[in-house]
Amino acid sequence: MQLVQVIAIIFSVGLLIGIVDLIRRGMIKEQYALLWLASAVILLILSVWRGLLDKIALATGIAYPPSLLFLVAFLFLLLIVLHFSVIISDFSERNKRLGQEVAILKTMFEQYKKGNEK
Amino acid sequence: MVKMSNKVLIIIPAYNEAESIEDVISAVKKELPDAGIVVINDGSRDATSSLSKRLGATVADLPYNMGIGAAMQTGYKYAVLNDYDIAVQVDGDGQHPPDQINYLIGPISKGKADMVIGSRFLEMGEYHPSLARNIGIKIFSTVISLITGRKITDTTSGFRAVNKGAIRFFAQNYPDDYPEVEAIVLLCKAGFNIMETAVRMKERTGGKSSITALQGVYYMVKVLLSIFIDMLKRVKR
Repeated sequence: MQLVQVIAIIFSVGLLIGIVDLIRRGMIKEQYALLWLASAVILLILSVWRGLLDKIALATGIAYPPSLLFLVAFLFLLLIVLHFSVIISDFSERNKRLGQEVAILKTMFEQYKKGNEK
Repeated sequence: MVKMSNKVLIIIPAYNEAESIEDVISAVKKELPDAGIVVINDGSRDATSSLSKRLGATVADLPYNMGIGAAMQTGYKYAVLNDYDIAVQVDGDGQHPPDQINYLIGPISKGKADMVIGSRFLEMGEYHPSLARNIGIKIFSTVISLITGRKITDTTSGFRAVNKGAIRFFAQNYPDDYPEVEAIVLLCKAGFNIMETAVRMKERTGGKSSITALQGVYYMVKVLLSIFIDMLKRVKR
């Protein structure tokens, strides 16, 4: 086994353990962990199964197979960041709506209070 | 159909406008005694909210500074909840003279348009923008006129009136950061009818313009990009 493969396996296992631990402790909700889990598992598979890595590298014209791991990791990161942008946009929209409704509710509550005092 | 008495709401978005807000509210009350007034206080750190309340305006205090778009939309949501027929946007900084509001409301109550924009450029007025600003105004005007298929001279004017249908639309869809230009595109895409009418505007009596010279170029690029993104967006009426 080459050193690069050992490093890749150690890294993928570490990543997987870290993610599972974060989920277990409730620090990442499952829906946000899904892409992380998928990336860790696929990286691990490609690190362990050298034959598959070589085959895909050959098929995609990558001369040095271990660099395929970087490509896969990079694509997953792109996906994860894109996913976050979608989530953040949704959150900011919901946050705006909440703020607006709180302001209107406060206003109408004060009007209601004033009406009752009279 | 022309209704005899339309419920009119004046929406005044205000961010740190304590210097000018009292004059604006008093002038609106003098010109339109029957209209409702709602001041949307966008997280001001000065006396904007308390001064407005003292003058008898309804004030909606946003929990934090949410930006002009979110503030305006709050006004439209308030208008929907309270069943207003016409809503008029008037800036809290005093640049929109309330004696001009009737020019905006007129075409709406006659059913001629869904939104009427008060334009500084339809008639020669006192407003003389700097060269850089003038170029920006021309570019916006050209782009918006091309997109909407009708001539809009003052795309950045925040002095406008809308009818009930457009109030409902804006309560659901209103742009965030620099909403004046984008709102025209969205409204047009949703099939609403937009027209302009000549109004007089004043130099601001207090506060600063929300756009400094340095931000001008950023503003232009951002708004133009947003317009093209709006063109891609699906708009539900």
